[in-house]
Amino acid sequence: MRAVEPWVVAPMESFLAESQARLCLLMTTAGQVIAQHGFVRAVDVMGVAALGAGIVASTGELARTLKWQAFSTVVHQGPQQAHLLASFDTPRGRWVGLVVFGPDTSLGLVQLFFEQLVQDLAAAAPEAPAPQPVLAANFEHELNASLRTLFGS
Amino acid sequence: MSASKFDTALELVTHVPGVRGAMLVSAADGVVVAEALMDEMKGSAVAALAASLASRLRRAAEGAGRGVPRFVHLTATGGTLLAAPLGDDLLLVTVAERTVNAGLARLEMFRALEILA
Repeated sequence: MRAVEPWVVAPMESFLAESQARLCLLMTTAGQVIAQHGFVRAVDVMGVAALGAGIVASTGELARTLKWQAFSTVVHQGPQQAHLLASFDTPRGRWVGLVVFGPDTSLGLVQLFFEQLVQDLAAAAPEAPAPQPVLAANFEHELNASLRTLFGS
Repeated sequence: MSASKFDTALELVTHVPGVRGAMLVSAADGVVVAEALMDEMKGSAVAALAASLASRLRRAAEGAGRGVPRFVHLTATGGTLLAAPLGDDLLLVTVAERTVNAGLARLEMFRALEILA
């Protein structure tokens, strides 16, 4: 498990142990990866993060267009694998969680422990740092540092 | 299977004194299909954990060469949990006080399963 924000590690490890999920990705609604478990290649996690954030954005727009309440969770179930995609509020803004799980657990358990993860993250979040410009001068350096943290390369 | 059939079946169980709630749960997903809960019980949590428990007990019983469990009776310090499978797909779960007449609850659960079969 690798995380850009160290305080995310304990809640996510607890979630992974309880839910028996295979893969887990936490990201911002813009697709910036906060933590990941189970992904091997950077290109996979970046693609999945972008697609996940895109799905959350498009289902949010769909709900808005139909004047429904925004969807908080989307689940796709296949014969061997399923994934849960959920957006939630944290003290650091709105985040998205993507969880891939197999037949060794269940949707109910993953949802149950994901709710716990959201609560644990809210409790563990440190005071928010002072806001910084979105495109800081050292943006590329920060991006590379995040990738090194997430993939150790 | 109609929704009113679910209601009728769950009502049979919840009328037993000491029963705090009954629900039909998708056995594979651990998700609530229908519920009749008496108080502030969190149905989704009970459903997920009861389905997981039933699935593990089933594997244990099959591993011991005892076939598929027909009924699960768990007595905890704060109450009782009863579960019975309906085919391979559904699970009837009942949460009750520790003092519940478990025999009567079990009987009504089997009657409910007959309605749902």
